[in-house]
Amino acid sequence: MASTTSSIMDTLFQRSLEDLIKGLRLQLIGESAFISKALDEIRREIKSTDPHTKSNALQKLSYLSSLHHFDMSWAAFHVVEVMSSSRFSHKKIGYHAASLSFSDSTPVLLLITNQLRKDLTNPNNEFEVSLALECLSRIATTDLCRDLTPEIFTLLSSTKIFVRKKAIALVLRVFEKYPDAVKVCFKRLVENLDSSDPHIVSAVVGVFCELTSNDPKSYLPLAPEFYRILVDSKNNWVLIKMLKIFAKLVLLEPRLAKRVVEPVCEHMRRTGAKSLMFECVRTVVSSLSEYEQAVKLAVVKIRELLLDDDPNLKYLGLNALSIVAPKHLWAVLENKEVVIKWLSDEDPNIKRESLRLVMAMVSENNVVEICRVLVNYALKSDPEFCNEILGSILSTCSRNLYEMVNDFDWYVSLLGEMSRILPCQQGDEIENQLIDISMRVRDVRPELVRVGHDLLIDPALLSNHFLYRILSAAAWVSGEYVEFSRNPFELIEALLQPRTNLLPPSIRAIYIQSTFKVLIFCLHSYLLQRESTASSYPDTSALSELASKREMPESSDLATFKAPHSEQDEVFNPRVSNQSSEELSVGNGGDRTISHGQTSTPVTSENSFTYEAVVNQLNLIELALGPLTGSHDVEILERVRNLLCFIELIKGEILESLVQKEENLNSAEMKSSKIIKLMSDAFSEELGPVSVSAQERVPIPEGLVLKENLNDLEMICGDIQLPSSISFSLVSTHYEEGVGASLPDLQSKEELEPPSEATSLLAEHRKRHGLYYLTSEKNDIVANDYPPANDPKLHDNQNNDTEDLVKLTEQLLVSKKRPNQAKPRPVVVKLDGDVVPVSAKRPGPKDDSLSGAVQEVLLGSDTRTSTSRSNPSDKSSSKRKGKEKLITDPSSELNENLGDAEKLDHENPSSRRSKHRTHGKERRHKSPGKIREEREENGLKDKKKSSHRHARHKTRQRADVPLNVVSETPVIPDFLL
Amino acid sequence: MIHFVILNNRQGKVRLTKWYSTYSQKERSKVIRELTGIILSRGPKLCNFVEWRGLKVVYKRYAGLYFSMCIDQDDNELETLDIIHHYVEMLDRYFLNVCELDLIYNFHKVSLFVILAYYILDELLLAGELQESSRRTIARLVAAQDSLVETAREQASLLGDLVKQAM
Repeated sequence: MASTTSSIMDTLFQRSLEDLIKGLRLQLIGESAFISKALDEIRREIKSTDPHTKSNALQKLSYLSSLHHFDMSWAAFHVVEVMSSSRFSHKKIGYHAASLSFSDSTPVLLLITNQLRKDLTNPNNEFEVSLALECLSRIATTDLCRDLTPEIFTLLSSTKIFVRKKAIALVLRVFEKYPDAVKVCFKRLVENLDSSDPHIVSAVVGVFCELTSNDPKSYLPLAPEFYRILVDSKNNWVLIKMLKIFAKLVLLEPRLAKRVVEPVCEHMRRTGAKSLMFECVRTVVSSLSEYEQAVKLAVVKIRELLLDDDPNLKYLGLNALSIVAPKHLWAVLENKEVVIKWLSDEDPNIKRESLRLVMAMVSENNVVEICRVLVNYALKSDPEFCNEILGSILSTCSRNLYEMVNDFDWYVSLLGEMSRILPCQQGDEIENQLIDISMRVRDVRPELVRVGHDLLIDPALLSNHFLYRILSAAAWVSGEYVEFSRNPFELIEALLQPRTNLLPPSIRAIYIQSTFKVLIFCLHSYLLQRESTASSYPDTSALSELASKREMPESSDLATFKAPHSEQDEVFNPRVSNQSSEELSVGNGGDRTISHGQTSTPVTSENSFTYEAVVNQLNLIELALGPLTGSHDVEILERVRNLLCFIELIKGEILESLVQKEENLNSAEMKSSKIIKLMSDAFSEELGPVSVSAQERVPIPEGLVLKENLNDLEMICGDIQLPSSISFSLVSTHYEEGVGASLPDLQSKEELEPPSEATSLLAEHRKRHGLYYLTSEKNDIVANDYPPANDPKLHDNQNNDTEDLVKLTEQLLVSKKRPNQAKPRPVVVKLDGDVVPVSAKRPGPKDDSLSGAVQEVLLGSDTRTSTSRSNPSDKSSSKRKGKEKLITDPSSELNENLGDAEKLDHENPSSRRSKHRTHGKERRHKSPGKIREEREENGLKDKKKSSHRHARHKTRQRADVPLNVVSETPVIPDFLL
Repeated sequence: MIHFVILNNRQGKVRLTKWYSTYSQKERSKVIRELTGIILSRGPKLCNFVEWRGLKVVYKRYAGLYFSMCIDQDDNELETLDIIHHYVEMLDRYFLNVCELDLIYNFHKVSLFVILAYYILDELLLAGELQESSRRTIARLVAAQDSLVETAREQASLLGDLVKQAM
């Protein structure tokens, strides 16, 4: 009793949707409070037995849910109840709620099949039919589609246009969910293409447009019907869809393109509607780009768009240009000024499009100019776009192993310049490229070291954390190629400047490691100089001093400025100390100055490696790194300890050597000089880039079982974030051992390297650069990471490779032709050939069933009688066709086209071909006469041709096999680069 | 095809949503938050297209209301703008200056607007495709359904009156 009263009360005082919305917008008690109160009401009201109250509650619920995204699955059963109401207004609310909230996993879907069937077949109220159709187009599941296919089939030929067009639109969803429905509905769907009613045609064309975009091949046979609509229709909506369909179809069938190109151009010329015109342009540039006249016309239209004031048209014009760009670069070049002008448009989308186009214009001849223009734009624009510009410069210039770049000195200084642009966030990429280039291009190393030096020495850069990665690369390069440095002492100071404590530990570790390398270099030079004192004369050394003075006043100034120990200035600064050191050298028999002839490189470092300077450096390092022995970071700790221990080891002897002067020189310095020499040898070992496929060449040791599935690794090293810095300072670990053992046999060290570390490194690398691994055989991407080479073979090859590199750079700098093509190109091409068919097949297994069904229906005239849907029916129908072939003339233009199209298709070609043929025959009834004529011409040849085709197919398959072999073998020769 | 339609006002309050592709409720609110953010932040003289998650969103502002439709990469942007315009014109037919309505909180037909906006959209689009390009036809269909609903509503209120009298 109480419940009935409350339901009456609900009925009488129920808040209507109107009240709900008003209350919501007034927000007297706050939105969320109001909503939760309203939801409470709804929960109560929706249980009411009164249909009006119930449906009203549901209406409010769906309103709230659609705007505030509440889960309303709890009300699913109530939705079903309201749907089954006999009143149209309730039903409508119910259906609306269903299409809003039901998904494939909603359990009550099982309950509504009969309700839907009833509504679909309602003879009296077409609006109820349409409600059911609308709802189905959202919620239909495989089961629903299967059960309701007969009803939908009936509706496809309904006399009520209003209902029929909705049924047609629904077919798309039905086919997608339940491909077998194609057998039932497809023919009727195609018949609707011929309908005289524009609404119907519009709906069918919409469906075919979607179907074709997923699987164009299956709908080729319908081309004549489509063509007729393309030529005859006056409806822009329909024409746009038609153009979309043809854009897909002509890619499969060149002869179709020939037919279509004229009407498309005609539409382009005639139409006043920009949307249709643009669609024509897009069709031409994307699918008909071989037809020069059409492309020219399209480019004219594009230019109109580009110069329009409407930003939409501008954007679309740029968009269309970027589609033309790959095939007709002239079109872009013609509009160069406009494109560059829009780089400074206020709309970021337009800017981005024009940037894309500008990058498409880049070639090796204009790369320098374009980059200069772009960097200028980058300086002017907002941070986000600035980064986009820089990013695209980096990616374009590094494409295919820097094939655009002829002048690496320029490029490296550009990289340095880019790092200094304030909002630059491309640190990782610049880091990679700096290191990559340093390893690949020998001739650019002096410039690289200079750029690195400039970056390191600027203390302001250390406050920008986006630059840390670049600085780490600079530090590494400066350490690795220190022999090109003009002032190693200054470098050490830059590497140890106090602000380096802002750096993250991993990068600091690289700084320390580089300091180590530089120090070794200095000591070694110092020793060499002492050894050569006996033979050298003061005059020459003085000369070299003068030379150095002339060459680098600036840097020595800087050095003075930065030197923390002022007392060392005299000695350290070549300019100031020139006089005194000369005197000293005279006084000491010239043993402290040197003409540093040992460094064989063109840019010799011409500093004076004086005794004081060296000792001061040692002191400086000790002073700067001393506090770090308490560091909590292992990387830093280890490196600092190595360095300090090393200094301790040699310092005593070096100091002694001063006291003892030259008499005991030999005996006293034996030990430390030996160590230094060994270390220097070790560090001067060349590092080279490593092919991504290098790992494949490592022979698997006997008894080692490799796991196919590396998922376990995720668990083991999932949270170990290896700083990539490790990868290129790894070498140091060898030498640390070397110091301890005084036996730095490089080869043996590398073999000592525990294999587990290498594999985990590689696994880590693979994890992070999985992309590269996939394309590894192309060999054009070489990661900057430098996994320790375990393989002796690899080591042997390295020499060859560096030679290659030298040759390569020579070509680069001299011949000005694409240098890198010589070796890797052929492989890439073959691989591409191998890859393309795979991606062409990509449309996927999901559509296979649908396209299979469509082809079956389109091409098999009476498949509906044969109940089974898979192979058996195929065979039977093809047999039947075989017989009928004698009577009919199945070869048609299209038929042949399909034969061509089949080439793309690797699976199951014979069964499909038979189907195509039948289609040709079936279609004869309605296809236009001209095509029939052609077909009859071909009729005689046909039989031969069909057998021919089989043969062709076989040979193609045979040809495929060697192709695969070819594509797999060439992995071996291009080991590097 | 059109994946979804969103109407929101300048404050980012959503006024209508319609989904033709499958998105869970969670995704829906995320999508809306993301898109209204992008769209509202764009200035008035910029182009009406936004690339978003590999799809394109075409939006247009009519006075206080933003109409957005999300389409596939190779769909025609201008056509979609036309559809939006079409829709706005249809709404205008029922509510003079529909887009100004959002400014007035208590306009008398607010729920009618919400309901009719859905009706019209349902006649305009089906399964993410334009299904009726004739404004007159849509008007006729909507009016017919509306009258069906109205009679039902009258009956209901009649019933309510009867009950009231009975009590």
